[in-house]
Amino acid sequence: MAERAGQEATVVVERLRSWNPRAVESFAEFRGEVTIVIPRELLRDAAERLREDPGLDFNLLSDLTCVDRFPLEPRFELYYQLTSIQRRRKLCLRVRLSGGDPAADSLTSVWPGANWMEREVFDLFGIRFQGHPGLRRILLPDDWEGHPLRKDFPVEGSR
Amino acid sequence: MTTVETATGAAKTMVLNMGPQHPSTHGVLRILLELDGENVVTAVPDIGYLHTGIEKSCEAKTYSQAITLTDRIDYLAPLSNNLAYCLAVEKLLGLEVPKRAQYIRVLLTELTRIASHLVWLGTHAIDLGAMSVFLYCFREREEVLNIFEMVSGQRMMTSYFRIGGLALEPPAGWLAPVERFLDMIPGRIDEYEDLLTRNRIWIGRTRGVGYISAEDAVALSMTGPTLRAAGIPYDNRKVFPYSSYNEFDFEIPVRTDSDCYGRYLIRVAEMRESVKIVRQAMAKIPPEGPIRTEAPGIVPPDREKMKTEMEALIYHFKIFTEGFSPPPGETYVTIESPRGELGVFIASDGSPKPLRVHFRAPSFVNLQALPRLVEGRLIADVVACIGTIDIVLGEVDR
Repeated sequence: MAERAGQEATVVVERLRSWNPRAVESFAEFRGEVTIVIPRELLRDAAERLREDPGLDFNLLSDLTCVDRFPLEPRFELYYQLTSIQRRRKLCLRVRLSGGDPAADSLTSVWPGANWMEREVFDLFGIRFQGHPGLRRILLPDDWEGHPLRKDFPVEGSR
Repeated sequence: MTTVETATGAAKTMVLNMGPQHPSTHGVLRILLELDGENVVTAVPDIGYLHTGIEKSCEAKTYSQAITLTDRIDYLAPLSNNLAYCLAVEKLLGLEVPKRAQYIRVLLTELTRIASHLVWLGTHAIDLGAMSVFLYCFREREEVLNIFEMVSGQRMMTSYFRIGGLALEPPAGWLAPVERFLDMIPGRIDEYEDLLTRNRIWIGRTRGVGYISAEDAVALSMTGPTLRAAGIPYDNRKVFPYSSYNEFDFEIPVRTDSDCYGRYLIRVAEMRESVKIVRQAMAKIPPEGPIRTEAPGIVPPDREKMKTEMEALIYHFKIFTEGFSPPPGETYVTIESPRGELGVFIASDGSPKPLRVHFRAPSFVNLQALPRLVEGRLIADVVACIGTIDIVLGEVDR
């Protein structure tokens, strides 16, 4: 299982690196799951590549979420969980964002399903997704102050 | 209700607020419908009325404590949530669960699927005007809830799956009511089908309604029966098997019509497949054997050991006071809940409380496609389309 995941990681990383040598900052395997770290400025192009390249074929965006590592920097990490239905393969994309400028390119043009997922991350973490067709709060009321899943937001609320 | 005038001033559309208090929205869902006569021009779902911050609360609890919160996400399939969460923590810890517990988990999650599909079928039918199906479905669902109560002590908020296994040994003779249920339900499903499958009103309200192409469904990240009705045989139980599903023999119903009628047939077929799986699980479950894995400091010891062994007592105390600390890292586990791909993402920083817990709720993601299903259709079809994607608002809003 772990060996298979390791081989798959090499395939994905090699294909991405042959497209752009800077595309993969690093990659790791933990409990049979492959995670590759992508530089922020290459996120959208790499995502397009992962979806369109017939050798990769990650057609389903399963999930997007964020982790706040406050007070560490870079503070935010975006986790994109991709699935290739045909190849029965999973991959996690990770992008690091600094606390001072928490923004990333929207992937709605690659996977339209990213729309609500990005709105949720925007709502709860305050990450801005550039190029999103309608980035507004989704779970909380429009007049809510702050982003509750950030670590500096108290569990019991701020008011 | 407001009237919107277009730039030319020629055509007038009206904005109608559907919900949040509306019986056919299955909870508190608000949809802003822009109507041209009876035709839907645009539909904008507005959610969040049931948001309870479960993911934030999880960060303030130990790994074991958070299980009780998972019941409350998708309250029609609590055991599926328990399972996804436990699998994620077990993966983080590298724990292997005894086969007996795995089979019991499979048995109970498949009963959950039947119960959840029964609620879906009953409410979908009453939304479209078939009152009696609703009453029958709830009658049968009660039988499943009785089994859950017998096994876990709770009808709905079961919290029965725990990290490393199960909460309790099931009571003696617990398989007899399961057997009775399995003997009864296929005939009852035939009865629902007699009422609906060839019913002209039912076909008129569902066939060709809420169509979505396979390409669009994948692009919008739809999963579950909606995706399988569009012709894509994607089911986590087959594609990424967990909890020994690879040892079971069952089919994944797939259709290509991708409308409300097709999704109805898919879910009915899934109930029949679940019956098959439960039967196999009953044959597989050994009468005796461990229901929890041996993992000192993570899984609570047996009561017997706790009363006789010093170490066991210390572990028990530590588990329930400070919890346990998985190694730092992230895992993402997906299972096939009745509604689609249910994912649990957990990030650990090596402390006894999770750094982050995220639930990839299938209802939330699938609901996103609602405008695609209803735009250009009649307002009456909106009700059919909400029903057909089978949302649970507790899961949408979390």
